Amino acid sequence: MAKPEIDSVTGVETTGHEWDGIKELNKPLPKWWLWVLYASIIWSVAYWIAMPSWPLIADYTRGVLGYSQRTVVAKSLEDARAAQSRFLDRIAAADLAGIKADPELLQFSLAGGAAAFGDNCAPCHGRGAQGAIGYPNLNDDVWLWGGTLDDIHKTLNVGIRSGHPDTRDNAMPAFGRDQILEPAQISDVTDYVLSLSGGEANAEAAARGKEIFAEQCAACHGEDGKGNIELGSPNLTDGLWLYGGSRNEIADSIRNSRAGVMPAWEGRLSPETIKQLAVFVHSLGGGQ
Amino acid sequence: MRARTEPDEFMAVTATQHTGRTASEAAPGVEQLDVAAVNAPETRSLYAAREKVYAKRAYGTYRTIKWIVMAVTLGIYYLLPWLRWDRGPYLADQAVLIDFPNRRFFFFFLEIWPQEFYFVTGLLILAALALFLVTALAGRVWCGYTCPQTVWTDLMIAVERFWQGDRNARMRLDKAPWSFNKVWRKTATHVTWLAISVATGGAFVFYFRDAPTLMGEFLSFDAPAIAYIFVGIFAATTYLLGGIAREQVCIYMCPWPRIQGAMFDHYSLLVSYRTWRGEPRGAHKKGESWDGRGDCIDCKQCVAVCPTGIDIRDGAQLECIQCALCIDACNSIMDRIGRPRGLIDYDTIDNLEVASEGKTSTLKLLRPRVLLYVGLILLVSLIMLVALLNRTVLEVNILRDRNPLFVELSDGSIRNGYTVKILNKLHKPGRFHVGIEGMKDATVKIVGFEKEKNPVISVLPDDLRALRVFVTVPRKNLETAKSGVTDFEFTVTDLNNDSTVRNDTTFRSPGR
Repeated sequence: MAKPEIDSVTGVETTGHEWDGIKELNKPLPKWWLWVLYASIIWSVAYWIAMPSWPLIADYTRGVLGYSQRTVVAKSLEDARAAQSRFLDRIAAADLAGIKADPELLQFSLAGGAAAFGDNCAPCHGRGAQGAIGYPNLNDDVWLWGGTLDDIHKTLNVGIRSGHPDTRDNAMPAFGRDQILEPAQISDVTDYVLSLSGGEANAEAAARGKEIFAEQCAACHGEDGKGNIELGSPNLTDGLWLYGGSRNEIADSIRNSRAGVMPAWEGRLSPETIKQLAVFVHSLGGGQ
Repeated sequence: MRARTEPDEFMAVTATQHTGRTASEAAPGVEQLDVAAVNAPETRSLYAAREKVYAKRAYGTYRTIKWIVMAVTLGIYYLLPWLRWDRGPYLADQAVLIDFPNRRFFFFFLEIWPQEFYFVTGLLILAALALFLVTALAGRVWCGYTCPQTVWTDLMIAVERFWQGDRNARMRLDKAPWSFNKVWRKTATHVTWLAISVATGGAFVFYFRDAPTLMGEFLSFDAPAIAYIFVGIFAATTYLLGGIAREQVCIYMCPWPRIQGAMFDHYSLLVSYRTWRGEPRGAHKKGESWDGRGDCIDCKQCVAVCPTGIDIRDGAQLECIQCALCIDACNSIMDRIGRPRGLIDYDTIDNLEVASEGKTSTLKLLRPRVLLYVGLILLVSLIMLVALLNRTVLEVNILRDRNPLFVELSDGSIRNGYTVKILNKLHKPGRFHVGIEGMKDATVKIVGFEKEKNPVISVLPDDLRALRVFVTVPRKNLETAKSGVTDFEFTVTDLNNDSTVRNDTTFRSPGR
């Protein structure tokens, strides 16, 4: 080793490292700093003993304090549930209109309902409940099975064609597939249905279609085509279409029928959560 | 790529690089090895033991200033949480309170909500700029007078001096064998330090909770655990850093001396030894002429009073916190030997350079960096002042739904959803009407108030209420909005004083 170079100004040796003519002085570290290092080493050994630390082949050392982040998470979830219970107990006891009328419970249900909606409903109905072709938009005022708090609550509980014993269910005939109507008749009915909501339609064909409609469709959709919430049959006059409102899409619906499915949430979500969801969906703007 | 070197030349080059010199011979044919014993005297220890600094008491102007600064800063720190400020029956009456559970920061007349944190940012920027400015003008004034480390160290040294005497007595006591006298003096010192430390930690937590309440909880031992933890942390750090570590913090732990060294220039007033006047130094006999020698009599008083234990006569150095106690010490000596004061004094590097030639340079206070800092301070202050004057006690935020952008209803009309947040910064309950203007035939519905027309919305004092509001407009009214955007405004009327806040927003509809 070369003899350390002594800096002429300070009389201190240099490390020999030089940057642009500036040399680093080799200043000794204060001794207490070394003691801090030793203290840290002792601390780390104590930590290994006290806390979970070393990985083993199938397990890890648990530490004598028995700390585990899983139990911490479980505890904080339990605490959160306990903190919510004062609202949830009241929601369980209250009826839906009562929840809506109580500002505190409404606020809680809107937040809780939004979270439950995001977890359970958004995959089909969309993040903003805006729906998609075949999946209803829950923001508007169009309801197949009714838009009151109780209607929405029941739909949530029993689902649609869900297999639940009380499920909401109906069946529209597949007029084309089952050869109930001729293709030409289906075309005429399509024109009539288009005309109901003020769409572009052939007047002559619509007149022919009107007769077929009265015969085949009015039983469910009503004489005037305004549908029937009791039967879950859609209003055909409002210009809002669950399966699309183009000529082809309407004809396709008549030909092959439509039968959407929604699961029953009873038993899958807690009654309080379903109540919150009902209030949330009702408050999206279209509730009746 | 470097050009290829001839083999011989290449060898020589590597040898030089390796040892730093060309190989030499001890005798013809005997190579002298470049090796040294590992325990040679030149091999210094890697670790330096701390040399204890026994700071002597100084008397003079700067010592007085430091006592005053200490009294003011510690007084503010310990007493401020106890100052009351009337905010009415609904809010805390503590003048300075950081209220984490309710997410409010109270500072006298100011009240800062989380979304107004820019006021704190502004204050921090002002503090940083003020630090730069004062450093540019007079060096490490912060370090020397107001830094908590300096203030508490100064206090701890005063306590030590009270129980153990001044420098010489303390040095004697440390060297003396353990005796009853030594034990009680040392114990009294540490007990006083610990008492100060606990009070320091105690004062800190009072800023976060109503001070009299928390004090009562402390006395009945039912304060929150976090309060005890923070008292413990602050007591421990005060005792360790102020009582034990002292100058070690400034020299080894603090990054600020490294930064601050780059913030003053040739024209900053720094605590300096006037070499041109003091040298050559040496002891002075009574009646001896002062001609041909310096004013410094090498009494080392300046070293003895220094809290970091350095010699200012060695020039500017990192360890110097510029507390100016050496000026006091030297001045009192100069008075006694009948020489003019100011052998050590605040002076500029520029002046020191020309002083040996008998010239003086003028003090340049208005330098570009000083003007820059002053300008920036004024600018930030102005921005903050304008923001403060424009701060409203009623604030309304409108968030328009983006998903869905708009909803078509069965009768063809279009509906938009909004979240209207009413921030009632008044210290009493608020009652409001929410309405819209600039949208013909529109109907407004507020979730939770569907059945009421023009409902009264109540908001708790100093609180926020978020409302879901739906605006529905017939389609025929939107046919002119080709882009699908119609501007209108929300109005929130405070029924307590009939003032109205207006917020612009837009209504979205399918474009044409």
